[in-house]
Amino acid sequence: MRHALFLAWCYLRFHRVKTVILIAAVTLVLYVPIGLRVLVSQSARALTARADATPLVIGTRGSPLELVLDTLYFGANEPAPMRFAEVTRVASSGLAEAIPIYTRFRAGSHPIVGTSLDYFGFRRIEVAAGRQLATLGECVLGANVAATTGLGPGDYVVSSPESVFDLAGAYPLRMAVVGVLARSASPDDDVIFADLKTAWVMAGMGHGHQDLTAPQAANLILERTERTVTANATVVEYNEITAENAASFHFHGDLAAYPVSAAIVVPPDQKASALLRGRYEADDETVLVVRPSTVMSSLLDTVLTVEQYVLAGAALVGVATLGIATLVFGLSLRLRRRERETLVRIGGSRARVATVMAAEIVGVLAVSALATAVLTMLTSAYGATMVRAWIRS
Amino acid sequence: MARVDAIVDLERLDFGYREGGFRFRIPSLAIARRSAVAVIGPSGVGKTTLLHLIAGILVPDRGLVRVCGIDVAALGDAARRSFRIEHVGLVFQEFELLDYLSVLDNILLPYRISPALRLDAAVRDRARRIADELGIGDKLGRHPDCLSQGERQRVGICRAVLPGPDILLADEPTGNLDPGTKERVLDTLFAYAARTETTLVTVTHDHALLDRFDRIIDFQDIGAAAAKPGDTGHAPAESAR
Repeated sequence: MRHALFLAWCYLRFHRVKTVILIAAVTLVLYVPIGLRVLVSQSARALTARADATPLVIGTRGSPLELVLDTLYFGANEPAPMRFAEVTRVASSGLAEAIPIYTRFRAGSHPIVGTSLDYFGFRRIEVAAGRQLATLGECVLGANVAATTGLGPGDYVVSSPESVFDLAGAYPLRMAVVGVLARSASPDDDVIFADLKTAWVMAGMGHGHQDLTAPQAANLILERTERTVTANATVVEYNEITAENAASFHFHGDLAAYPVSAAIVVPPDQKASALLRGRYEADDETVLVVRPSTVMSSLLDTVLTVEQYVLAGAALVGVATLGIATLVFGLSLRLRRRERETLVRIGGSRARVATVMAAEIVGVLAVSALATAVLTMLTSAYGATMVRAWIRS
Repeated sequence: MARVDAIVDLERLDFGYREGGFRFRIPSLAIARRSAVAVIGPSGVGKTTLLHLIAGILVPDRGLVRVCGIDVAALGDAARRSFRIEHVGLVFQEFELLDYLSVLDNILLPYRISPALRLDAAVRDRARRIADELGIGDKLGRHPDCLSQGERQRVGICRAVLPGPDILLADEPTGNLDPGTKERVLDTLFAYAARTETTLVTVTHDHALLDRFDRIIDFQDIGAAAAKPGDTGHAPAESAR
């Protein structure tokens, strides 16, 4: 057998271009339906698990799917902001806890999620290195962010400016990394968490600057009244919150009007959940309450329908490709007829000659099956991560 | 009854292809051991068929084909293949080398396609030695498409002689070669056959080469030996030199 395999290997190596094309074609035919099935089923499992673990989400009325994708998976399409008052409204109703989520900002490709400490308890995320958020201007990294950036406690992360041409807009904030979260195999691994107020500082709603009541700031003052002080543009505004300047940071205006992207609502039981949803059903209500499991179930139904169409298409392409591959193998055998006759004339045994001829086909199919298995394993290992990245992009 | 010292002994041979048309009979033909025999005649009279019958590639409808003392026609297919690879070396006009194998692997090919031969280090050494003797020892790693016609035929000869056959059957081995190369290839073939006392049976159209052979079997003299009235078969006449 080893001699037949050797001859087959020589043949496949000599005709390497044909061999690679055949292997690629057969691998694709095998992998597309299998890989798609694995990808859909893994993604469905991951998406459903997170949705099922999130009782309710509230946000500004609009697309329930966008609201859920942003709140649970930190997608790139941030929904219209909701007033922070809606978060306190839920909390003050006594029917549920509300955990604010503010996803407007990013640091490079990683979303920055402004939230409260309740989020970590709700998701049962532990700190693997360093410590949890404690003061303004700190952040903790998801496990994948730490792994890909190489950052850890003691390092710094700078939020990305939204637009370099928007001089009045949000300025980058340099945040101290104080901890890295334990891996949770969820979208939480791929984001940077900061306190909600830190996110508001990024939005320009809170800021710190030189003390204008100090004598040395006198030459910066343009106008001083009982309630307001107007300074010129040379006042130094801080882009990092440190122990020295933390006291100078303050927020202007009514916190209730500050923005959040959404809030995760955690009622203690079904009754509280039903009562709460009932309160948001009025036609003039500007806030939407959704059950993530229902929204994701609807999305997955659509995905499964699309999958069926894709599988049907893949099956047709597969039949055509296998037909062409069969034709190629058949033509190859015909082209090798003279070689076969030579082997017979020299005295090659019937079994060896047949094995040499068949080994080309078996070799291509075996390598294709192996490649398909490897691709399927990679899909199985990284499929859910890829889907999460796709949702975030 | 087998003739003394005949390596090939054909008696009352009758052969026709199943598709019909061609048929020949040979009443009696013996080829002596260690002889160099040329088979000549016009195209289509059965020269290659004769070689195939001797090699056991074809089986006669009737008659005896005894080669190396073995009744080849009586063997089954597997046994005939083993007989062929052990006792017969075949050299082809078109060389019939496998383009995807190196020169060395082409030479070793018989050992890879039959369980009757065992490939080991000694065989590899012998292959290299024979290749050196035939002047292609420095081209063992090349593929046939990187060789000249003459070099390819020498690879074909190496492949045929490596198992140490008792008889070499060459089907127009110089048919595709230029005159200079033709002489060198024939020199190689004759020298090897003489040194190893191997019987050489060569089909050729080149009458200028006939002086080099001990004996000539001419298929042109149809009917001289055995064809009866009404027969469409061919039978060769022969002349010893």
